[in-house]
Amino acid sequence: MAKDRNEIFQDVQEVLIDALGVDDDEVTDKATLMGDLGAESIDFLDIVFRLEKAFGIKIPREELFPAESLMNNPEFIDNGKLTEKGLTELREKMPHTDLADFEKDPDINKLGNLFTVNAIVNYIEIKLNAA
Amino acid sequence: MRWIWIDKFIEFETGRRAVAVKNVTLAEEHLHDHFPGFPVMPESLCIEGMAQTAGILVGEARNFQEKVILAKVKKAVFFDYVVPGDTLTLEAQIESIAPEAAGTTGKITCGKKLIAEIDLMFSHIDNNLAGIEFPEENFVFTDTFKSLMRGPAFSEQD
Repeated sequence: MAKDRNEIFQDVQEVLIDALGVDDDEVTDKATLMGDLGAESIDFLDIVFRLEKAFGIKIPREELFPAESLMNNPEFIDNGKLTEKGLTELREKMPHTDLADFEKDPDINKLGNLFTVNAIVNYIEIKLNAA
Repeated sequence: MRWIWIDKFIEFETGRRAVAVKNVTLAEEHLHDHFPGFPVMPESLCIEGMAQTAGILVGEARNFQEKVILAKVKKAVFFDYVVPGDTLTLEAQIESIAPEAAGTTGKITCGKKLIAEIDLMFSHIDNNLAGIEFPEENFVFTDTFKSLMRGPAFSEQD
């Protein structure tokens, strides 16, 4: 009963519409959760709970949104930017995310931009295929 | 200040659901201002009553070790007014609970009449994302709140 990418996107879209009170045309592939859709920290947990319910999976928080563990490790951050070590860690932790743009200027203030609708769809797709 | 918007629990299933009642009376002063000649219980206070019902349910699920703070009103839809003389039944259920937070669903009824549907999110603030530290003492679940944890709904645990 595998869901195709389009179905996953539609379910993710619905979750975000309900959790963030946004319109369906705002929830595009490239929309960022914090910048474009106005998500705050508690919303991330709300989204995780809703995704778990919608897809019948368990989502460890640091798996989908792993920024926190990076931010708390001094080895990974230098002068407000992620170090090479930090980037390696990020690549490993966020295989569901396209890091190409971020790597050009790994400013930690831009980490939030990595949490896109597309990243969630990728994550769910990987997770469902692994199940 | 006695900021308590439920009177007692009538059912309590650890980690699952709780049912509280609230008797609304004209002796509550704010009803004379809200509104003069047309007293109705403010909907914000109905949400607070649900937050207390659901918050105690969430707190008890972790043995009151967590500081449980209302973090988000996911949904609050009202279908009717609450007026003096009404006995409200507030039923809350835990939908999800994790180390950092919990989500609840709930409804308020008056007899058979549906008053409101209220879904909430609570943060366990010692496990907050920003890593901010709070005092060790549990300032959420004070004795005043715990005094609600008596009576028939808890008789098996007494």
